This record gives sequence, C-alpha cells and structure tokens, in this order.
Amino acid sequence: MPSDRAGGCPSAAATGHSLLDVMGLSGHYGPVRAIHQIDLRVGAGELVAIVGGNGAGKTTLLHTLSGLHPAHAGQIRFDGRDITRWLPHRIVAAGICQVLEGRQVFAPLSVEDNLRLGGYRQHRDRGWLREERERVYTLFPILAERRRQLAGTLSGGQQQMLAIGRALLGRPRLLLLDEPSMGLAPLLVEEIFRVIVELNQRGVTILLVEQNARAALAIAGRGYILETGRIAKTAPAAELLADDDVRRAYLGY
Amino acid sequence: MRLAGFYAFAATVALLPALFPDNYFVVVVGASAGLNVILAVGLNLLMGYAGQISLGHAAFFGLGAYASAILTTRFGWPSLLALAAGLIAAGLLAWAFARPILRLRGHYLAMATLGFGVIVHVIMVQATGWTGGPDGLAGVPPLDLFGWEVSGDLQWYGVIMAAALLAVWLSLNLVDSPVGRALRAVHGSEFAAQMMGVDTARAKTQAFVVSALFAAFAGSLFAHQQAFVSPDSFDLTVSVELVTMVVLGGLASTFGAACGAIALTLLQQALVVFEDYEMLIHGALLMAVMIFLPQGLFVGLTQAARRLGSALVRSRPSVAA
Repeated sequence: MPSDRAGGCPSAAATGHSLLDVMGLSGHYGPVRAIHQIDLRVGAGELVAIVGGNGAGKTTLLHTLSGLHPAHAGQIRFDGRDITRWLPHRIVAAGICQVLEGRQVFAPLSVEDNLRLGGYRQHRDRGWLREERERVYTLFPILAERRRQLAGTLSGGQQQMLAIGRALLGRPRLLLLDEPSMGLAPLLVEEIFRVIVELNQRGVTILLVEQNARAALAIAGRGYILETGRIAKTAPAAELLADDDVRRAYLGY
Repeated sequence: MRLAGFYAFAATVALLPALFPDNYFVVVVGASAGLNVILAVGLNLLMGYAGQISLGHAAFFGLGAYASAILTTRFGWPSLLALAAGLIAAGLLAWAFARPILRLRGHYLAMATLGFGVIVHVIMVQATGWTGGPDGLAGVPPLDLFGWEVSGDLQWYGVIMAAALLAVWLSLNLVDSPVGRALRAVHGSEFAAQMMGVDTARAKTQAFVVSALFAAFAGSLFAHQQAFVSPDSFDLTVSVELVTMVVLGGLASTFGAACGAIALTLLQQALVVFEDYEMLIHGALLMAVMIFLPQGLFVGLTQAARRLGSALVRSRPSVAA
C-alpha cells in the first residue's frame, strides 16, 4: 500500500524524459470502436493538447488512459511502467488524475468536502493536504468564499474550478483535462486557461483535450489532431495553428 | 452542533420510560423500535451512502440471531462470545458474497441479495438438526454482560436503546470519515469517485459488510431478548420492511433511517386494531409518503418545517427595514 504513494511534485524544469507513452492504443465506446492505433507521448513538464470535433474519440482516449474504459489493443506506459490493465484507483495512486468532462463535482457535498475527497489517496499526509487545499483556494479565491456551500449550487465555471482543484489534491504528476471550456462563457474560459498555464509553469504535466482548438493550441506546447479515432496530425502547437487544413477544419477561418 | 441531534435522540430515549412508568407500549414497542433503528441505520449506510440495495438484509439479522441461539443453547457458549462469533460469521459471509458482485456496476447486488435472503431462510427452515426448523429454537439464555444478566422489559429497553444509540453514533462518524465521503462519492458518480482514487468495488464491499455487521448485532440482541428464534422473523417480508424503513425515513440520512424505523414500528402497532385492513392502510400510507414527501419523512418534514418557519417570518410585518 505505501508504495502506491505518488512521489512529490515533479521538478518545474521540463526534462526530455517522457512521462506518458502510448503505443498502438485501440479502444471501444460501447460496441463502437472509438480509437484506433493511437500513438502519443507526453514529456515531463509538457502541456500537450489533443483537439478534435465531437465524437472524434477524445473522451474515450482519456478514459482509456485512466482505466475507466478497457484498452483492446496497444500499450500505455506511465513513467516507465506498463499501466495498460491497471484499475483506475491504482492509476490515480500512480499519479494520473483526470478532470472529467462536465465537471462531475459531488453536488450534495460542500466545496471543502469535494476537495477533501480529491485528497482521498493522500489522507495520511494531512499537512500536505491542508497546504494544498489552501493553494487551491489561492488559485481560485471564489472557492474559498464558498467553501461551505454545496458544490451543486455553484455556477458552471466555479464547478470547473472545483473539479480542477479537486484533481490537484490527488497530487497529479500528469493531469488529464477533458473539455474544461465546455459550456462556459468566453471570459471564464480565459480564466480557466490562465490557471492551466499557471499550473503547467509550476511543473504539473498536462494533457488537455479540447473542442475549442484555438484556445487549447494557444497555450499548448505541442498538439495532436484527433479525427474519427485516429491521430491525423501532430506538431508543435504554433505550427498547427498556422496549418491551413487545421485552420479550415477547427479554427473556422 | 453535529451531534446535537444525537443528544436529543439520547435524551428522548432516556426520558420516555421515566415519563411513562410501567407502560408496556413504551418499553416493549420501544425495544422493538430500537432493534429496527440498528437495522435501518446499518442498511442506510449501504442504500443511502453506497447507493446499493440489499433485499436480503433479514438474512444477516437472522444469522446473528441463530448464531447466538445455536451457540448458547447447543454448545453452552457465553452470550458475548456467541455474539462476537455471529458478527464475524456475518461479516465474512457478506465480504465473500459482495466482493465478486460489487465489481459490476449497477444493481446486481439487489438481485443477488434477494436470492441470498431466500437461501438463508430455506436453510433456517430445512436444517432442523441445527435450527429447529419451522418450530424454531426456544430456551435461548439471557444476555450475560460481564456478570449482569439482562432481564425484564425495562432492562431490555435500556440495553437495546444503548445499542441503537451506539449504532447511530457509529453511523454519524462513519459518514463523516474519509470512507464515508468515498461512499457518498460512489453514490454521486462512480466515474468521478474512481478519478479520486477510490477503489469503488472495495468501498461498496465495506459498506455492505458494515451493514451486515449492524444487522447481525441486532439479531443477537433479538435472540436473547425474545429467548426464542424462528424463521418467520427473518423472511423476505422483513427484508422488504427494512428497505421501506430506510426509504420512508429518507435516504442518506442517519436520523432519517432511525425515524423511518421508529415510524414503521409504531405504524405496525397502531394498525393492529384494523386487523384485515392493516396491509391496505399500511400500503396506502407508504404510497402517500412517497408521493408527497419523496425525500422521506425526516428530510421532507424538516424541510417543510423550515419553509413554514420562513413563511411565518415573512408574513410578519417587518420591524426593521
């Protein structure tokens, strides 16, 4: 059990060594094959974006990475270990935390209790948990004001903040974000993305999945274009933003 | 503050026999309600917090009762040791039973527990060599608490109510612990709970085991209190009644479950006068509660009281602007 503990925060310096290596990954969403032969790499300290339209397989890919869906073929390596067949709670303990699409905060629990649950795996480390909770409140001051409020009564943007904060309490070495901009007003999207950049600068490695390609590629270092379950293109984010095909298909100009 | 309700409950329980001395109804029906409180509070941990239904909970109740009855009458075990053995047996059985089933998502547990309850009941009826069959086992010795033999209705009322208070207190603490939060998370969204690193199968198994332990504990007390056990006390009807208590009182609330248990116990006593119409009125009342107070008696009524309170405040001419 104690060996389940994730190591401390990764060093801020982005080294070349890869944290996540995905090779030939295929998976189904119900009876439909949703992702085919995905090859993906995320280096320690990177901020990588995966963009694609509705039904491209983005959520299935993330769910497969965190063990919520089974992989049908291929391999997922995290920090050198093969985690392809691991159960979700073990993957979380290893340091992959996912912010699910549509927030999924625990509505009948208070903001504070949601954050406490985020630290479920770290419950032995009370001091760290308290500090990290305060860091989350500094990151999102609105949550500090509402710490006793039930999560279900928060606005969409606040729930997204809570979902991200909750994931941070799991001490992620790799943070998976599924559509954090979904259903949010442009101003809030900006706020959320500013925090994502800040977290990355602090050293959290981030894999961001987004329909909002422009916003995602603007903050990411590298990007992957996912089309009907396959990687259609991969390049540094700036190149993708300048690419004519990508612009036509995803940026709308 | 968190325990205010608990103290109020404890005070009421302690004051009742003093206010109504030598009152059969208070002491005997009270003890019966107390046992139901233990059962319902335990089942609520599974239903209200882990979001799973057990339709065979009477089996664990019976397991505790028969363990105490058989071990004390046939083998001459001290009653506390028999009680402990019953708890261990129920806990192990619940764990072995739930572990494979709870890996699956959804209400497979409800189906499986239904079968489990029926099987245990059949064993109680058929294994006559051990259980005495349909006639049951008589002559269960009194509960021996370190030299004090519990006897008489008033003493039993005290012991059972102390046990019920212990159950309520344990439940309140469990709900507020990391495990309790994990359970509530599982109930909210299984995916999200898994993303918190909660081993959801394990959390649900724990809830099932704990609720089985509560039931077996109540069963042991019941066997000693009645000095007699028979399969009738542990059939499917009883399992359904237990589920009804939890839903009636209000899911995911310890006091809700306790209130549901008390309300249903009193209701059954009150409806005895209607004889043949008992089940009819019973059913109609339950339907009315579900339609008009879908969150259950306790939660529904406290909310209604709060609404009424604020309406009164608003209707009063405001003193200060």
